[in-house]
Amino acid sequence: MQKRSIVPIVYILFLMLPIYWLVAMSFKTTNEILSGFSLFPQTFTLDNYATIFTDPSWYWGYINSIAYVSINTVISIAVALPAAYAFSRYRFLGDKQLFFWLLTNRMAPAAVFALPFFQLYSAVELFDTHLAVALAHCLFNIPLAVWILEGFMGGVPKELDETAFVDGYSFPRFFATIFVPSIKAGVGVAAFFCFMFSWVELLLAKTLTAVAAKPIAATMTKTASSAGYELGLLAAAGTLTIIPGAIVIWFVRNYIAKGFAMGRV
Amino acid sequence: MKTENQKAWFFVLPVLALVAFNALIPMMTVVNYSVQETFGDNVFFWQGLDWFQQILRSDRFHAALGRQFMFTFLILIIEVPLGIAIALSMPRKGFWVPVCLVLMALPMLIPWNVVGAMWNIFTLPDIGLLGYFLNHVLGISYDMTQDPVAAWVTIVTMDVWHWTSLVVLLSYAGLVSIPDAYYQAAKIDGASNWAVFRFIQLPKMKTVLTIAILLRFMDSFNIYTEPFVLTGGGPGNSTTLLSIDLVKIALGQFDLGPAAAMSLIYFAITLLVSWLFYTLMTKDDLN
Repeated sequence: MQKRSIVPIVYILFLMLPIYWLVAMSFKTTNEILSGFSLFPQTFTLDNYATIFTDPSWYWGYINSIAYVSINTVISIAVALPAAYAFSRYRFLGDKQLFFWLLTNRMAPAAVFALPFFQLYSAVELFDTHLAVALAHCLFNIPLAVWILEGFMGGVPKELDETAFVDGYSFPRFFATIFVPSIKAGVGVAAFFCFMFSWVELLLAKTLTAVAAKPIAATMTKTASSAGYELGLLAAAGTLTIIPGAIVIWFVRNYIAKGFAMGRV
Repeated sequence: MKTENQKAWFFVLPVLALVAFNALIPMMTVVNYSVQETFGDNVFFWQGLDWFQQILRSDRFHAALGRQFMFTFLILIIEVPLGIAIALSMPRKGFWVPVCLVLMALPMLIPWNVVGAMWNIFTLPDIGLLGYFLNHVLGISYDMTQDPVAAWVTIVTMDVWHWTSLVVLLSYAGLVSIPDAYYQAAKIDGASNWAVFRFIQLPKMKTVLTIAILLRFMDSFNIYTEPFVLTGGGPGNSTTLLSIDLVKIALGQFDLGPAAAMSLIYFAITLLVSWLFYTLMTKDDLN
């Protein structure tokens, strides 16, 4: 048994190496980075982080990203809940075709949609708003949320619904106070995946914003253009983008593995 | 089991409206461009299927498509077995399980361009950890901005780093759902490790593996940001995958017609292969 645990340990070390390098670099001065190789920061500095936290064009990137990711997660879960209920409890005309069509939206390369999205959201005058990015990310997050939630709902016996209706619950009251709380874990997992895919996506987020709603990941590209590469600053900004994901994943650690497994194929 | 109820459509309506807004309108725009020629100023000319013929016959498209299939093939052949092996060797319960899962999921939560930038500084020949180690400790000449082979090794390694955990998490979820009684029965029968894997674990992982392979296929086939940030498609065109080429045509040269036609061909290929995978992997369930 002990010998086997070598495999996950080596794998995790492999995963951590590039992350370590990013974090180590964020504590170095640009001079030290360019002057040669050093395994640990020799001139330990917090300047890179200070720059990010004092310059509005940097820290607004974080606020913008978190804003549209949160809006997207709320919208996706809110509309996916009733839809997943319909798929899990009822047969209706075209249900299977609809379900497959929803999944195909994950297959469309984002690069295909970049330009039409720009035109669409300019036309409805949402360009450069948090809502635009949040709505655009619904394209791939809603299908995923429906898929995961439907899996969890399938695990709730139908008797729960029937008993509640016999007891005189109205549908909205039953749904909000009994049904949704009974699949709390599923809602958590779905919300986690929505957060994740919206947080990591850049192409659409960048296409749909200019200044007011610019995501942090797009702000980072400016380190490349101004006076060569400010690698220390880039590394610090990169390190900070890992933190929100790490916090969210800690909360759902016991459910993540289950999340996809319960979805139907 | 399920009751027939057409009113269920009302529950699906908000999802339908939002996804249709995001999917159908841009898709119609793309279709519209793909059959027209424009010289700017919103003046369009009917072009018919010329763009499609031009793309399907162009060597540039064939080359990019070939590289794309090569990339996806390498990703699947490495990540799927590796992910299963890691999942099999993980402890089933105890304190370390959530710690392992969180650490393994970490790469998937990093924005894609940060992943590219991170691997860029990790592999810089003289000042990156990996680049320095290969060049100065092992003495292997390594510079992915010059050497196409090194560039390929790097983007494949990056993707293995980034996404193998998805296969691990899904396979692991399948494995923990196997009741202990199955293993005890196998032990009594004197089954070998291979037999346990082949006849107990693999069948139980089948559903989640289908999801894993489908997701890995779709996402690796559509990959854009990470290789674009890491190599920019170079050196030369050696790592110009399909979507990188597409963006070059659409935004770099602003050839909207050919780019739109290429988008539709691209989407059709993704759809077709996904459907083939799906049918092949779920075929046994129907019989």
